[in-house]
Amino acid sequence: MEFIAKIFVMAISAIFINNFVLARFLGLCPYLGVSKKLDSALGMGMAVIFVMTMASAFTWLINIYILQTLDLGYLRTIAFILTIASLVQFVEMVIQKSAPALYKSLGVFLPLITTNCAVLGVALINIDESYSFIESILNGFFAGVGFTLVLLLMAGMRERLEKAELPESMKGMPIALIIAGCMALSFLGFAGLSL
Amino acid sequence: MNLMNVFSKGLIKENPIFVLVLGMCPTLAVTSSVINGIGMGLAATFVLVCSNILISLIKGFIPSKIRIPCFIVVIASFVTVIDLVMAAYVPDIHKSLGIFIPLIVVNCIILGRAEAFASKNNIISSMFDGLGMGLGFTGALVLIAAIRELLGTGMLLGLPVLPQAYINSPMLIAILAPGAFITLGLLMATMNLLKKPKV
Repeated sequence: MEFIAKIFVMAISAIFINNFVLARFLGLCPYLGVSKKLDSALGMGMAVIFVMTMASAFTWLINIYILQTLDLGYLRTIAFILTIASLVQFVEMVIQKSAPALYKSLGVFLPLITTNCAVLGVALINIDESYSFIESILNGFFAGVGFTLVLLLMAGMRERLEKAELPESMKGMPIALIIAGCMALSFLGFAGLSL
Repeated sequence: MNLMNVFSKGLIKENPIFVLVLGMCPTLAVTSSVINGIGMGLAATFVLVCSNILISLIKGFIPSKIRIPCFIVVIASFVTVIDLVMAAYVPDIHKSLGIFIPLIVVNCIILGRAEAFASKNNIISSMFDGLGMGLGFTGALVLIAAIRELLGTGMLLGLPVLPQAYINSPMLIAILAPGAFITLGLLMATMNLLKKPKV
C-alpha cells in the first residue's frame, strides 16, 4: 500500500508540480516546434514517453554498474548522451522491423529526440536525486507523461489560434511563448500542493 | 568570406535566440539573474568556439554518415571540461546553473553551428563564427536576464537599482517560470516590430 502511495506522489509531482516543460524548462524545442498540429504532438509525446522511460532505465544501470564501479563519474555527460543516441537508433530499428504501423506514426520524431534535453535531463535528475532503479523508471515515465500533457494542451490552443486575429508582429513564436507563460502561470498553482 | 562579417552576423543579424530561435531551454531557465546569464553565455561560448575549431580541423576524417555522433562526442568532451572548470573556480554559479551545464551538450545552437558552418569552413572562420554566435547568445541572455532581474527583484547584479519601496514588494512573477516565457515573447514581438520593413 505504501508503495502505491509513493507512486501516486511521484506521478503528481512529476506531471504537475515539477512539470518538465513549464517548471524545469526542459524539452522546450519540441514543445515550441512540434506543437502546431494535434496529431503530430500526440506522436511526439508518445515517442518521448517511450524513450524517456527506456533512457532512465539504461542510464541508471550504466551509472551504477560502469561509471561508479570504475570511478569514472566525470565521463557521465559523454556516457549518457551516447547511451541515449544509440538507444534512440536501436528503438527506431526495432520499431521499423516489428511494428511498421507504429513506425509510420512515430518514425519521424525519433531522431529528433536525441537532442531533446528532457531525455538527458531526466537521466541527470535521476542521478542527482539518487533514485532507486524502480523510482528512476517511474520518474522517467511520469516526466514523459507530463511533457505529453502540456504538449497536447499547447497544440490544441495553437490550432485554434490559427484563426485568431493577431497583430502582425505577435504572430508565430511570440504568441506561442506568451501562451506558454500563461500555462506556466496556471501550473504554478500546483506548487502549493504539499505531498 | 570577410571575417568581420562572419563574426558580426551572430551578434544581431543571425542572433541564435531572437532570429534562429535555437537553444530555448537554457535561455529561459537560467535568466532569472544577470550573473547566471553571463555564466551560462560564456560557458556556451567556450564550448562553441572549441568545438567549432576542433570539428573544422577533423572534418576531413569524419565519414559523413556518422558525423552527428562524432560532433556530439566532441561537444560532450568540451562540456565536461567547462563543467569541471566551473565547479573548481566558480562553485556558486556552477551550483545555481545546476543540470543546465551538462545540458549544453544538447543545445541546438552548438550542434547547429557544427553542422552548418564548422564542417564546411576553415579553422579561422569557424573560430570567428563560434565567437560571434556565442557572444550573440550571451548578449541575448544578459538582455533577458536584466529585464527579469530588474522587474523581479528591483536589483541588477545584486545591487539595488530601483527605489527601496519597489524592492520591498517587487513583481515577483518576472523571476518565476511564467515571467521567462512572457518576457521572451514580448521581446521577440518587439524585435519583429522594429525589423518590419517600412512600406
